[in-house]
Amino acid sequence: MTLFLEQMLNGLQFGVMLFLMAAGLTLIFGIMGIINLAHGSIYMVGAYAGTLVIGQTGSFLLGILAALGAAAVTGVVMEMVVIRRLYRRDHLDQVLATFAIILILNQLVTILFGRQPLFVPMPPLLEGSVELLPGLVYPVYRLSIILVGLLVAAGLYLLINRTRIGMLVRAGSTNRDMVRALGVDIRMLYTLVFGLGALLAGLAGLMAGPILAVQVGMGEQILITTFVVVVIGGVGSIRGAFFASLIIGVVDTMLRAYLPGLLRQVMVGSEADALGAGISSMGIYLLMALVLLVRPKGLFAADS
Amino acid sequence: MNGSSSARLVLVLVVLVALAALPSVADAMGQPALTSLATRILIYGIAAASLNLVLGYGGMVSFGHAAFFGIGGYVVGILYQHYASGEPLFGFVPGSNQLLVTVPAAILVSGVFAAIIGALSLRTSGVQFIMITLAFAQMLFFFFVSLKAYGGDDGLIIRRANEVPGLNMRDKQTVYYVCLAAAAIFFVLLWRVVNSRFGNVLVGLRQSERRMAAVGLPVYRYKLAAFVISGMGAGLAGALMANFMRFASPDMLHWTKSGELMVMVILGGVGTLFGPLAGAAVFIILETVLAAWTEYWQLGLGAILLFVVLYTHGGVQALALRLVGRRV
Repeated sequence: MTLFLEQMLNGLQFGVMLFLMAAGLTLIFGIMGIINLAHGSIYMVGAYAGTLVIGQTGSFLLGILAALGAAAVTGVVMEMVVIRRLYRRDHLDQVLATFAIILILNQLVTILFGRQPLFVPMPPLLEGSVELLPGLVYPVYRLSIILVGLLVAAGLYLLINRTRIGMLVRAGSTNRDMVRALGVDIRMLYTLVFGLGALLAGLAGLMAGPILAVQVGMGEQILITTFVVVVIGGVGSIRGAFFASLIIGVVDTMLRAYLPGLLRQVMVGSEADALGAGISSMGIYLLMALVLLVRPKGLFAADS
Repeated sequence: MNGSSSARLVLVLVVLVALAALPSVADAMGQPALTSLATRILIYGIAAASLNLVLGYGGMVSFGHAAFFGIGGYVVGILYQHYASGEPLFGFVPGSNQLLVTVPAAILVSGVFAAIIGALSLRTSGVQFIMITLAFAQMLFFFFVSLKAYGGDDGLIIRRANEVPGLNMRDKQTVYYVCLAAAAIFFVLLWRVVNSRFGNVLVGLRQSERRMAAVGLPVYRYKLAAFVISGMGAGLAGALMANFMRFASPDMLHWTKSGELMVMVILGGVGTLFGPLAGAAVFIILETVLAAWTEYWQLGLGAILLFVVLYTHGGVQALALRLVGRRV
């Protein structure tokens, strides 16, 4: 039972990380109509900037600022130099241009930092574990990721539903042309949304540092999963992204934790492990295919 | 036949003659590696042209075409492994090392997979279509990674290229000519397809699906048929690649491979018959030249790709035409 709860928490932690990525991606999708494959690269930039500054200064707080700053700057520059030219193009051009950005950023990071994965120490304040329930010991750092994720979700909810910018964002994801026709400075709004998405991706990258290795290609790993989240949740819907992130996080973690064990009861150990790992990697894609077949626009489609 | 299409026919014949002479010229120049380079270009050209049928003519942006490429490769690999071990596949399918058996088998299996994946994916469109084709390709990628019996992560080594009666397939030049013949047959068939009524319907679908439905055409069936043909073409390319590399691995199905195929289509010009072949040539030559020049070749490739997407409307073919002063 405690193992099950622990895996649930792990799933939740993976889920909120996905949400930080998916929230930005779904807004960029929904409002600007852009498929941004380079969102994972911003995540990587955040992780590297944070790692660099933490390594130099030893201060996790400065690392957070560096990661957020670097990610936001990368995002805004990317929007102004490349993405802005793609709004009126079809999806194919967007996919290719952002694919090119992935190649460029990955290579730049390789030149600057090399191919060796970097490891980030835990911030001392968040080291160690706490006993949540009798027998259930859980690392503080992972708990704080969950907490930060939920706080960001709440903040986004307030931003989208209670502020003027949020109102424009909602209007933009429902009917882009109408918002433009009403005289809103849509370019400003686009840059803002892109910057916000980049900021969240940078935060996710920084928080992933101490758990995963910081390396070139880390962005693409999470990017594809994030796309699954966005599509399942419904393009443009923050609420959909939130629920889909948690579902995907928990399903993926649970499959990885329990499937090899279940298979081992019917087949040889090593083969069961390989097959179990394979099927659990396939699981979320299977889920996405099923959701799209039943509801082609996703679970919480914004414009239905 | 009007002037421009007969000029094009002459151009095609000239290119064909040049390709046929290429191995001898390469040897005479002391650059036998050129033949291998040209083989890869032909194979990727077939795969990219297949993708172009759905992407360029039909307007369906498939982000999972590497799946069919990989399946084609694995059919060759798996049949060879069963031929080598003597054990039939599933207990009744005998293995084979005959190219004239394995390649049609690869095309057939890719076609079946394309029919299944296409039938499900084509219920969606737009962004969702891009993502669901990616999802199916990822599923197959992880399936082959976990398939320990056939090498799993490490891939499947094919110790000898498939045999063709009367040919010495251990010779790289012979493999090149086999690929050239396959490419020639493939492009003739593709030319027939895109210039048929079916091809016109496809272009009509890209322009307006609603109009085609209003005309009374079964839209879904046309799209599915195009998707299956396209998958079979990619499977053919994969089978040839497995024979050329003597290796099939999950890398053939990786999502970046799907991206590369799309890059080739864009580089050459979307919705043109031979554009993807030119795109494949540009891509592979760029990759080879840049990789020889600097370790950081992806930087240059990325920059060039970005330039092509942002500033050339219609790929290198259109760019070349514009440079010589002809508007497209």
